[in-house]
Amino acid sequence: MSIALFTVLVWLCSLLAGGLGALTGLGGGVVMVPLLTLAFGVNIHYAIGASLISVIGTSSATAIAYVREGFSNIRVGMVLEIATTLGAICGAWIGGWIDPGTIAVIFGFVLLFSIAFRGPAENNVSDRRPVDRITRALKLDGSFPVAGTRQPYVVRNVPGGFVLMYVAGILSGLLGIGSGAVKVLAMDRAMKLPFKVSTTTSNFMIGVTAAASAGIYLSRGYIDPGLAMPVVLGVLPGALIGARLLPKLGTPLLRRLFALVLLALAIQMIAKGLWGGI
Amino acid sequence: MEQGSWGQPGTGNKGRNLDLLISHLLRAGVMVATLLTVAGACLYLLHHGGQPVTYDIFRGEPPDLKGLSAVWHDALSLSGRGLIQLGLLVLIATPVVRVLASAMAFMAAGDRLYLLITMAVLVLLLASLFGWLG
Repeated sequence: MSIALFTVLVWLCSLLAGGLGALTGLGGGVVMVPLLTLAFGVNIHYAIGASLISVIGTSSATAIAYVREGFSNIRVGMVLEIATTLGAICGAWIGGWIDPGTIAVIFGFVLLFSIAFRGPAENNVSDRRPVDRITRALKLDGSFPVAGTRQPYVVRNVPGGFVLMYVAGILSGLLGIGSGAVKVLAMDRAMKLPFKVSTTTSNFMIGVTAAASAGIYLSRGYIDPGLAMPVVLGVLPGALIGARLLPKLGTPLLRRLFALVLLALAIQMIAKGLWGGI
Repeated sequence: MEQGSWGQPGTGNKGRNLDLLISHLLRAGVMVATLLTVAGACLYLLHHGGQPVTYDIFRGEPPDLKGLSAVWHDALSLSGRGLIQLGLLVLIATPVVRVLASAMAFMAAGDRLYLLITMAVLVLLLASLFGWLG
């Protein structure tokens, strides 16, 4: 295949992946790595490097929408970012040492988890227990807009959330994904933050986490401009268009279809990782 | 700004305006990065578009695409791949700017605990970007 044709094909796939990722809330990076390795035969290190950059771009480009809504809690985000950046650096390190097949298998299982992951677990707001010590020391409580007024909420289990965020960071650095699902899991389930606060704070954190591992990928030579270019230029506008279409489209069917595609990719990643071909 | 209030959602318009300013800054960064990448892409495809693709074997990038100063030098000489790499670097830098702006805001609010937390994140980011951890 010539570079020109390859660039156009990867660009089209990235555009589609970015759009569907935003529409279904599953993220674009999670599709790009398996697609590049399985369909285009790209080495997994290059694929992860390119995907990381597109994850950073999407996070920064969509930040403005989240900030306008006034949901994200920068304090919670910043405390947890110590965990995610440390994890991301460790993940990028690990990725340099273990073999590509193992990375593919881990990727497959994380993909299965993202598909299985569903929205909010419970109503986190109606929690009246006293605030724990760490939350008070770190001044973590906040409020978020509900019908014109601000509804206060408390933050629970900071150590538990911290550990989960470290894991999210490792996965992000190892696999080149935003690992938004694990981040939301940490904040929604472990720390009992309102779902909307979890998802928007997660957006803020995803870019910082990915940047922490991107530096290591860059200095290791895992970021190839010829490959990253069509991926970034595709995923970014795709995600922006997808986010704009989101309120207009009913997404359950789309989500189910996209989940099926991801399921097929996950199984292939695991199979090829185990029996060779990555 | 009320002392130590920035960073908590819903604590006044000032913090909110700062957040908006930061996100405008981020968007400008993304735009500059996109322009650089598109310009580099045109040059790259013009010169190398007809060559075959070899991404199946991992070789690592040549030294001139790995370091910050080397990428800068390449981009100035208007190499397509160098320009793209510079665009990607600008993109990678956008979250760093976000953290830096947060640090300054916590400093302005006199919030020493959060200034410390934010600086820790910033140091980790810069250490990774300058290749001290590779």
